[in-house]
Amino acid sequence: MLKGKGIPIFITFLVGMIMIVSFFIPHKPFGDIEKISLNWYSIIAGFTMLLGVDSLIGMHFRKVKRKDENWFFSLVLIFGFVATVVVGIIETVRFGTAFDDKSYFTYIYNYFIVPLQTTMFSLLAFFIASAAYRAFRARNFDATLLLITAIIVMLGRVPLGEQISPYLPKFTEWIMQVPQMAAKRGIGLGISLGALGVSIRIILGIERSYLS
Amino acid sequence: MNIFLKLLKVDRRFIYIFIAIVVILPLLLKPKFPVVPSQPVKDVYNYIENLPEGSNVMISIDYDAASMPEQQPFLEALLRQLFRNKLKPILIVQWQLGAPLGTMGLEKIAKEMGAKYGVDYINLGYRPGYVAQIVGIGKEIRDYFKVDYRNVPLDSFPMMKNVHNYNDIALLVGLEAGATYLVWIEYAGGRFKQKIALALNAVSAPDAYYFYQSGQIVGLVGGMKGAAEYEVLVGKPDLAVAGMASQSYSHLVIILFIILGNIAYFIEKRTKSKEGGK
Repeated sequence: MLKGKGIPIFITFLVGMIMIVSFFIPHKPFGDIEKISLNWYSIIAGFTMLLGVDSLIGMHFRKVKRKDENWFFSLVLIFGFVATVVVGIIETVRFGTAFDDKSYFTYIYNYFIVPLQTTMFSLLAFFIASAAYRAFRARNFDATLLLITAIIVMLGRVPLGEQISPYLPKFTEWIMQVPQMAAKRGIGLGISLGALGVSIRIILGIERSYLS
Repeated sequence: MNIFLKLLKVDRRFIYIFIAIVVILPLLLKPKFPVVPSQPVKDVYNYIENLPEGSNVMISIDYDAASMPEQQPFLEALLRQLFRNKLKPILIVQWQLGAPLGTMGLEKIAKEMGAKYGVDYINLGYRPGYVAQIVGIGKEIRDYFKVDYRNVPLDSFPMMKNVHNYNDIALLVGLEAGATYLVWIEYAGGRFKQKIALALNAVSAPDAYYFYQSGQIVGLVGGMKGAAEYEVLVGKPDLAVAGMASQSYSHLVIILFIILGNIAYFIEKRTKSKEGGK
């Protein structure tokens, strides 16, 4: 009889085998089972969002309560979160979709979310420049090789490279397609084989750390 | 010598100011740079050029506002080519916060090209659970998209009457900011033999090169540079081409900073070894 840890191990084995078989035999009844499993997966994944929200709001709520450093930003986050959710629900009821042209949610999206997201991503350019200046050093042969390659690729991937020499973009493309690919394939194969090994160990119940 | 050593300790805000200047100034002065399309970009363009009139092309919006400057210009250039060649875009969204961006681009270009909603193009919007959905479309698109983004039944649109699964879609174009493309390649490409073209952010484009080499994708558009090349191919240089000058100069400034940093590093190293020798 199954009991204790045997139950989740059996469920993992069963679900894992179903997913493997249905991938290779996507016909009835395995295809339907796969479809149901993937839908369940989507629903369960949706609920994990609640955990994330609980964790995020809980942490910032505690910061505000204790008046920790920069607690005001936490207050802004809580206010922004609540306002977006409330406006989203109201506008979905009003228009049938939160993203209607006349919806206040669309206003929040266009004038808060879009500028904030693009700003966050744009900041990368500044941090990369600063980090490259401070840390990109020709300390040894490997680092020098990486540095020279990076400079060639950086020039070859912008139109300025074409103006310096028409061969520069071609050489960059060769770097991307040959040496870069060789390393990437090696890493990719290693990761895939590792993932395969771990998956088989989990399905067969050898790897049980996820239960602890 | 001393200047270089001082440079090592320069306040990072000076670097930020330099980058800001080389990004903003070219956008204002608009210097022209020749943009020469690369082979992976030309492959996407040529594949679409050779599609028969009336073919359905599915566009998946798998990015959000953070990647808008890289992906939106390509979306617009792609849509111009599709409408010009009388091809029919079917827009779907896997990243919820990308839905308004997809809609904005589609409506803008459809209006510009005089395309009619439901006849020449359609917007199916966002559905959660992209793995289930990508597998499900292989059987019947209506299992996941019974209605369009405005909750209008799919069967009420003439262009969707004969669209059921990947067999009815000539090409899938994924505009990707993350790893959703792996699922497209694994299921839509691997299992259902769907032809796929990808547009990836510059930072993740190198990851997709092996799919391009192995023929699992027909072509690859990488970052704003790829978008600029596509705009040139379509014959309407726009936002991405305008951004190329900023990108060129900012790369140049970063390279100069790296060189200066290394000169200072070697001077410091030599000074230290001399002092050590005394």
